[in-house]
Amino acid sequence: MTDTTQSYAPGTHPDLPPPSYSRGPIKWMRDNLFSSPTNTVLTLLGAYLLYLAIPPFLDWFIFDSVFDAGSRNECWEKGDGACWSVVVVRFSQLVYGFYPEHLRWRVDTAFILLFVALGPILYDKVPFRRYLIGFSLIYPVVAFFLLWGGMGLEHVESSKFGGFMLTVLIGVTGIGASLPLGILLALGRRSDLLVLKVICICFIEFIRGVPLITLLFVASTLLNYFLPPGTYFDLLLRVLIMVTLFAAAYLAEVIRGGLQAIPKGQFEAAMAQGLSYWKMMGLVVLPQAMKISIPGIVNTFIGLYKDTTLVVIIGLLDPLGLSQSILADSKWQGLSTEIYIFIAIFFFLSCFGMSGYSIYLENKLHTGHKR
Amino acid sequence: MSAIEFDRPAFKIEDLWTDSRWRGVTIQVIAIAGLFAFLAFIVNNTINNLESLGVETGYGFLSDPSSYDINQTLIEYDSRSSHGRAALVGLLNTALVAFCGIIAATILGFTVGVLRLSGNWLISRIMYCYVEFTRNVPLLLQILLWHGIVVHSLPRPKDAHEPLTGIFLSNRGFSLPSPVFEEGSSFILFALIVAIVGCVVFTRYAKRVQEQTGKIYPVITINLGMIVILPLIAYFLAGMPISLDWPALRGFNFAGGVTVTPEFVALWFALSVYTASFISENVRAGIQAISHGQTEAAYALGLRPNWTMRLVILPQALRVIIPPLISQYLNLTKNSSLAIAVGYMDIVATIGGISLNQTGRALECMSIVLTIYLSFSLFISLIMNWYNKRVALVER
Repeated sequence: MTDTTQSYAPGTHPDLPPPSYSRGPIKWMRDNLFSSPTNTVLTLLGAYLLYLAIPPFLDWFIFDSVFDAGSRNECWEKGDGACWSVVVVRFSQLVYGFYPEHLRWRVDTAFILLFVALGPILYDKVPFRRYLIGFSLIYPVVAFFLLWGGMGLEHVESSKFGGFMLTVLIGVTGIGASLPLGILLALGRRSDLLVLKVICICFIEFIRGVPLITLLFVASTLLNYFLPPGTYFDLLLRVLIMVTLFAAAYLAEVIRGGLQAIPKGQFEAAMAQGLSYWKMMGLVVLPQAMKISIPGIVNTFIGLYKDTTLVVIIGLLDPLGLSQSILADSKWQGLSTEIYIFIAIFFFLSCFGMSGYSIYLENKLHTGHKR
Repeated sequence: MSAIEFDRPAFKIEDLWTDSRWRGVTIQVIAIAGLFAFLAFIVNNTINNLESLGVETGYGFLSDPSSYDINQTLIEYDSRSSHGRAALVGLLNTALVAFCGIIAATILGFTVGVLRLSGNWLISRIMYCYVEFTRNVPLLLQILLWHGIVVHSLPRPKDAHEPLTGIFLSNRGFSLPSPVFEEGSSFILFALIVAIVGCVVFTRYAKRVQEQTGKIYPVITINLGMIVILPLIAYFLAGMPISLDWPALRGFNFAGGVTVTPEFVALWFALSVYTASFISENVRAGIQAISHGQTEAAYALGLRPNWTMRLVILPQALRVIIPPLISQYLNLTKNSSLAIAVGYMDIVATIGGISLNQTGRALECMSIVLTIYLSFSLFISLIMNWYNKRVALVER
């Protein structure tokens, strides 16, 4: 160094850069990867495990995979990796089930309109929000006619519904219908009226105490006993009702937690203002309680969405049900991993998206009162 | 002093709805009437339907022979056993997979939860990915995926993997050596019970001594020693009455030992991995809920880090962790009903599946299944309420 000999008057020495080990990536690695002997060992172990797992997986998943083959054996001749051709060939079946091919535009339209209807509910900065909300309210009717037919459109049996379309249909209907029901149940459980309270508690505890599968079995085997002779009930409709009731009971408990967290002063202040019960709940208590329970509500929704796969057990053809029939085809036998991973990716994206939205909503509603 | 007399207006019929004193009563009366009308409607329909179908009712069929086989039984069972026995086998199978799943999920969940809080960036990222991937994929799909992997990726019994001597992994399941209990085994069991009682007594004694004098015994080491050594001594004293039955390849499958079916493996793996990701989030939230001041205070008192964790942080975190943990256990047990998708014969698949289809007694079979699950979950919530009361902070 040439300037070691240079001397400075006190206080005039220019600032030196920090030493290399305390800045930049090296500093970051020292802090986050190699801060102690244990951490170093853990890092090396983790890196080794990743090295063992990731390259073979990527080879299988992408590099050695086959997209264009007519059958399983052709796939295996072309490459050692995943045989995605099964998904490519059967894609439209996985999406629409057995919905008649020339009517599939109706499903597409309903799906696109779903986003138009959801937009103004999920985001408040959508242009023309006031009019679009009106559309959101009539959307269920529109979707019903688009999917099942009627009003001049060709009728489609719900037994033809299947694939991801069925998943989205059950999921969205369940989510939309269970929220109001869940709120009512939660209010009933917190009510002063003993009879209502007991009814709500019994209902909630019964539903929460048994697995969804058994409820679906009840819907498919027992419901005929409970209804007047000759009543025919669509299986899909029964499933929708059961899924909604199931999610509503769980939502009720989540919302009850939120209600319990609201200080008593809020209720008393609202009553002192002369608000009626419904105004007190709707204007003062519920907005705060719902805000607190957003994470729980979204978790319940995600659970409901994942639980739509259970309908395969009572014979509806959701993606899992279709995959069973695809795997029974001798051309594609034994490719369960490929199909299941494809379906898993779909569910992962939907559920991860939902939890992402819940985090966005929490931040938006965060008013600075959080401890 | 004269009592003040209020002039109460006479009761009018619209008061039932407009007067808040009466409105509650009105609503409740309507609710009760509606509920009973609904119940009467359902019961009436059911009776009519059963009569018109000419179906017998009653639980007598439970003692009829079931005439179907179950591939995994913990108690003696064959196709001549009764439907009731089949239900019991199913119940035990549910209990087995739930028990194994709870243990595996707890260990995995706590490990992942703690590692997610680790200062090590790589490790906490890996754990984050694990949690997000397993939480956001339906459990049924995971069960089928594991089942597919076991059945399609493992070799046939002839070329089975043998990771340890006597343990064979093949697509027919995992074959393990099984213990054979001969005469004198009860002596070992007795020794084990004595050891456990001894541990409890010693722990209490050690605690009392510590409270009085401050002297600390190595409780865990001594207890572990007792539990291992006493049965071991008994084993040799009784003349080694336990031997192992090794699995061996005969024909196309393994004979001897105990075979864990692929269905059980798939269900157990999937349930544990899935529930563990939820448990790990509970553990993480519980530890994060303890304010950092607690750690600092413990350090200021001179406690070492692992003592701080054990004596200060964990006891407080457990108060937050345990209630959601128990409801995860309950979820795992309820989710084990998905067994039916891979053909594991649990309570839903036996009495609620095959028995129901054979006898047509839908009402009876489903009521048995629902009652079992319901009583189980009510029992768990009783335990949880008791625990919550016991550990609740006593505030003035």
